[in-house]
Amino acid sequence: MTEQPALASYALRLGDDALILSQRLSEWISRAPQLEEDVAMANIALDLLGQARTLLTYAGEVEGMGRSEDDLAYFRDDRQYRNLHMVELENGDFAQTIARQLAFSSYQLEMYLALRRSRDETLAGVAGKAVKEVTYHRDHATQWTLRLGDGTEESRRRMQAGIERVWPYVDEMFRSDPLEQALAADGLAVDARELRPGWDEYVGAVLRQATLTRPQTRTAPGGGRQGLHTEQLGYLLGEMQYLARSHPYSRW
Amino acid sequence: MSREWPLWEIFVRGRRGLSHVHVGSLHAADAQMALRNARDLYTRRQEGVSIWVVPASAIMASSPEEKDPFFDPAADKIYRHPTFYTIPSEARHL
Repeated sequence: MTEQPALASYALRLGDDALILSQRLSEWISRAPQLEEDVAMANIALDLLGQARTLLTYAGEVEGMGRSEDDLAYFRDDRQYRNLHMVELENGDFAQTIARQLAFSSYQLEMYLALRRSRDETLAGVAGKAVKEVTYHRDHATQWTLRLGDGTEESRRRMQAGIERVWPYVDEMFRSDPLEQALAADGLAVDARELRPGWDEYVGAVLRQATLTRPQTRTAPGGGRQGLHTEQLGYLLGEMQYLARSHPYSRW
Repeated sequence: MSREWPLWEIFVRGRRGLSHVHVGSLHAADAQMALRNARDLYTRRQEGVSIWVVPASAIMASSPEEKDPFFDPAADKIYRHPTFYTIPSEARHL
């Protein structure tokens, strides 16, 4: 029973990552460089939204306070969100979005692959389904990184700039805290620190093949898992939550 | 390189045993990306198990002006259709 609050927090973290990135990617709809990419971004966003819905619903159930997925998505403020800074970063240009997709989906795939072995049936189930989806997300980002990085002078410059922009937020993805470590020790969660070697190997190989340089940048302070966020998240939530807060619990 | 991506024609096979069927076209920078775009555009509702992408420029099409010499001569050759066989009543599902 003592595990319950921790388990709810953990599900909330994973769900918030998926939800916030889904919202960010949705911003590309009607704005992507090509109609085809518009649809690709929307598809990826929808996959993530599906993961978020299951995880938030489950977080609410485990928490046992009667909060639904909508309560959690629409009626929490930024300080109550537990997502990584990586996913709340503004989109930037297409290359920057692809850089974030490469970094995050590579992390998320490693995480879900490991989470499939969780003793918790719901988490293992979400992970099992998500692995196929995120494998595609990572492939999409990889294909674009290779083409932009090893493309024209302009595309290469933008892709490198995108990588430089998101790189400071990489370390936070692989930080772990006592909550996560305790759950991992019980075979329920994944200790994010263990995911780094796989991520380094994959992303490193893609960057090399795309003739891009691995950045030497400082690390951003992080804190997303504790509810400390960049100002970008406030604007994102403002847009995402506006309708639900203006017309609470409307159905249509 | 021109700013416009080339056009690709997309063929999707719905199930094992069926042929690939033309479903539409899309723009993509190259064949690999065309495959991925086709997956997103044309197999969202589980329509397919296999996709072909073909550069639209590689397709040679018959022209409307050639319609008569191409297709009309087949109209009066009814013996090309297997319509002169009586089907045994036992064979219901031919």
